[in-house]
Amino acid sequence: MDASIFLIQVLNSIQYGLLLFLVASGLTLIFGIMGVINLAHGSFYMLGAYAAFTLSGLTGSLFWAIALGVVLAVVFGYVLEWVFFSFLYRRDHLQQVLLTYGLILVFEELRSLVVGDDVHGVAVPAALSGSLPLGSTMTYPIYNLFISATCLLVAALLFLLLKGSRLGMMIRAGAANREMAQSLGVDIALIFRIVFALGVALAAFAGMVSAPASSVYPGMGNQVLIICFVVVVIGGIGSVTGALVAALLIGFTDTFGKVFLPDYAGMLTYLLMAVVLLWRPEGLFRPTTG
Amino acid sequence: MRHPRTLVALMALAVLLALPAFAGKFYVELTSKILIMAVFAMSLDLLVGFTGLVSLGHAAFFGVASYVVALVSPASEAGSLWLTLPASVGASALLALVIGAFALRTRGIYFIMVTLAFAQMVYFVFHDTQLGGGSDGIYLYIKPQATIGDWSLINLDDPAQFYYTMLALVVAAYAFLRMLLVSRFGHALKGIRSNEQRMRAAGFNTYAYKLAAFTIAGALAGVAGYFAAVQFGFVNPEILSWHQSGNALLMVILGGMGNLAGAILGAFSFVLLQDFFSSLTKHWQLLLGGFVILAVALLPRGLIHTDEALRAWRERRQRG
Repeated sequence: MDASIFLIQVLNSIQYGLLLFLVASGLTLIFGIMGVINLAHGSFYMLGAYAAFTLSGLTGSLFWAIALGVVLAVVFGYVLEWVFFSFLYRRDHLQQVLLTYGLILVFEELRSLVVGDDVHGVAVPAALSGSLPLGSTMTYPIYNLFISATCLLVAALLFLLLKGSRLGMMIRAGAANREMAQSLGVDIALIFRIVFALGVALAAFAGMVSAPASSVYPGMGNQVLIICFVVVVIGGIGSVTGALVAALLIGFTDTFGKVFLPDYAGMLTYLLMAVVLLWRPEGLFRPTTG
Repeated sequence: MRHPRTLVALMALAVLLALPAFAGKFYVELTSKILIMAVFAMSLDLLVGFTGLVSLGHAAFFGVASYVVALVSPASEAGSLWLTLPASVGASALLALVIGAFALRTRGIYFIMVTLAFAQMVYFVFHDTQLGGGSDGIYLYIKPQATIGDWSLINLDDPAQFYYTMLALVVAAYAFLRMLLVSRFGHALKGIRSNEQRMRAAGFNTYAYKLAAFTIAGALAGVAGYFAAVQFGFVNPEILSWHQSGNALLMVILGGMGNLAGAILGAFSFVLLQDFFSSLTKHWQLLLGGFVILAVALLPRGLIHTDEALRAWRERRQRG
């Protein structure tokens, strides 16, 4: 494999890993902080992608579609937590699994009713549609670099929020000891709502920003969900750092796996999980918040 | 009335026994399918309801047995039930042993996710490789025979005979699980569900018990998977999908966790509901999703405890 092909695969790995990170970070935060397992998390990714398709069709611009989409996602997440998820905190895991499984079905069908079941493409904005030359014969789409760059930026912002802001401090306090934080005056219900909305927005953003590069199709949420579960298991529940490391690990394993072992690439991620389980069943990192 | 539930169960059994006499072929076959699902649900209930292990990947063991029977059956003549059934169930049990060995290193939420992930891996093995015909699946053209010498014990091609075999299977599975659950092993499982640390402190090797339960449950799911393939005649990767695992979990909780009759009731309710909803609209999954949410929210103990839920509700109203 020559240098430019290798570089392309590395870039692809990073892109895939960062996208996974955005979706998985929401999942791990929601679980780590609120103790809720949310099977419908993949649906937010799918809804984000379909929103990008619909909104860019309406506004004519992907940038506005994403901006609008993020706002909608935050509102949607906020309301969803208030109306539905806040009732799940007291329930056991099995009930959470089933209730959120029911939610997946509801979301899928609502999307089917509103937008239909067709596979769609989203146009890459003109400003980002070129390709960068790599070496003498290969090129790399600028838009893919844009995806990685934005994901990296969002990841940095997320870390900054969690580690360096008052809100982040309250979130971590609430995760470490809910009652104590409450008795110290932190409005835990509001914090949870914000964290949930953040998780939804992250997943939706990932779906929106990657829509032009991959197609928008009905099953995309479920696919990403299961991989995100693997990310969280490998990285450790509640650990955002762990999610980043695990997501990149999976990004590389999957991408290079497809190159060297195309028939078995689908299984490599799970084999990786099995190996980690042998060595560290609780995941690679401790919770960010614990 | 002293034992209303037993009476209801006996009546249900009587109806089931008499079914082929008054119902058409379609309903007999549908009920056979439900009975197979009932065995699948009971096997999962052993894990979820009695051992406290929420597995979201149980369809893997169901599906592997289906694939094995389709793969080992000869193409142009009937396989033997005596050979293909143990092969299928053995494969499921072995897979359960291996997956369980890894998965049971985790607990709680990790366990749920890990079982899902491993099942997805098995799905990809059958979907991406040519082992089982890839996404096209494979056919089981000729149903296995159950013969002793020249005498054919059961003709699985005949819907009524297949149906009665399934009914016997459900009763046998129920009896087997009942016996298992009243044994020392079963009590250990319940102890693990209620407080694993205490069991470990009492000297039980909880990992071994859980692994044994996981393997037994996997094997029983394999029995169901075997007959599902025999009935349908076609196996494709969707039989291993996580939707199948999710549906099984739904059946267990819908009927009532920790209750074998509940698992059977759950299987009936779920399949009938699915059929009913899909006859109403193309978007039946919306109705199913809504129903699932309502059922889990309002009847957390499942349909089998409806009488208790009603009584509790009535008492709450009386107290005002």
